Amino acid sequence: MIDWAIVEMAIPLLARGTLVTLQVAAISGVLSLLLGFLLGLCALSRSRMLRAVVGAYVDFIRGTPLLIQIFLVFFALPVVGIRLSEIWAGIAALSFNTSAYVAETVRGGAGSVEHGQTEAAKAIGMTHAQTLVYILLPQALRPMVPPLTNELITMTKNTSLLSVISVYELTRAGQAIISVYFVPFEIYLLLALYYYAIIKTLSWASRRLENRMPRL
Amino acid sequence: MTGADTSPMLTLQGVSKSFGDKRVLADVNLSVAAGETVSIIGPSGSGKTTLLRTINHLHPPTTGQVILSGQTIGYVNGPNGQLRPASERELARQRQAIGFVFQRFNLFPHLTALQNVSIGLTKVAGMSRAAAHERAAAELRKVFLADHMSKRPQELSGGQQQRVAIARALALDPLIILFDEPTSALDPELVREVLDVIRALAADRKTLMIVTHEMRFAQEVAHRVIFMDEGVIVEQGPPAALFGDPREPRTRKFLSHFNVAR
Repeated sequence: MIDWAIVEMAIPLLARGTLVTLQVAAISGVLSLLLGFLLGLCALSRSRMLRAVVGAYVDFIRGTPLLIQIFLVFFALPVVGIRLSEIWAGIAALSFNTSAYVAETVRGGAGSVEHGQTEAAKAIGMTHAQTLVYILLPQALRPMVPPLTNELITMTKNTSLLSVISVYELTRAGQAIISVYFVPFEIYLLLALYYYAIIKTLSWASRRLENRMPRL
Repeated sequence: MTGADTSPMLTLQGVSKSFGDKRVLADVNLSVAAGETVSIIGPSGSGKTTLLRTINHLHPPTTGQVILSGQTIGYVNGPNGQLRPASERELARQRQAIGFVFQRFNLFPHLTALQNVSIGLTKVAGMSRAAAHERAAAELRKVFLADHMSKRPQELSGGQQQRVAIARALALDPLIILFDEPTSALDPELVREVLDVIRALAADRKTLMIVTHEMRFAQEVAHRVIFMDEGVIVEQGPPAALFGDPREPRTRKFLSHFNVAR
């Protein structure tokens, strides 16, 4: 059965890992939203070249495992002279990955606004870019909250993969305890609860945000 | 023609429009004088709406030209005096001179009535916020919406929404205003308030083109009525003549569906 003494001992030991996980998730979340919106706008632009570049990027991210992407950023960047610490390499990889999905959501969201809105904007003399920024995106924001939340949840769970490049986040912290005390069941169960609590908080905050945004 | 000026405000030269294999407009020639109000009637699918949309290049014509006050829409004069296709920005600028009122209003739902009218002034015409709000408020008062400026479209009735849309078009001081079945999406009791506003614009000598199914309105507001069918102008003339004594069998057949007061 569960060794409660181990659990009691592990809880404070996991605190630092939890903090790192939260930091990585927060920074990656902000970066992937920024980059994702930028890429999404490019995907909606009139420039065929920009659209093709974003399309290829999204295609690559979707077509390859995140684990490989993490290794690529961690081991390939130093080859081209960019040296990042484990944690920043991990943040970069997660941000690159999530931004592709955010870009798709932005593209789909703005693209699904009723066509009459674009026509009305054109009729008063707006350019394509103005229509996008002042008319389509503001209307797409609220419907975009649930899919964006899903992407951030996935990203937060994926922070556990950074344990493979020795980022001392929650999963890695748990594995460190396991390697000393060999209590995998207790620790992984505890980790699951930790992640669950983090994700629940995130989705609660997202629902609150959605409800506060005006329904159009 | 009833008191219209001599110089044409708008000229359509050989305008045709096809969607794929389907020809919707076939070689339409037309000119509209400054201050003139033109009604366009005809069965659905006759190309009336497409005709309006070719004018502001929401549907650029497949062939032919639209000339507004000497400017060919969608083209600009190149360095050697020849026309070249307008850039996106140049076309956007030309569109400011063409007001367009949609059948389904197409107001921006995330903006208040005032913002719906002022956004074109600030973002497109480059006016300051304060000046734009002042101008937008003035336009909304003209369409009797002084009390509804801070409401969003979904808080307004259809008739009110359409009047906001008219104010939005007017705010940019267009040379011509195009109405695409402006009352078709309205409940019957709301039609009148919109028609009254359009009537006032006609009385104010604005240049108007109105696609409509309101025959009585077309008859009384317009200087000239155009009957379209199958992508061509079948017949046109002063309302009294076109409604009272149509020459073409197709016009007669179409009008026989309505109880138009003679």
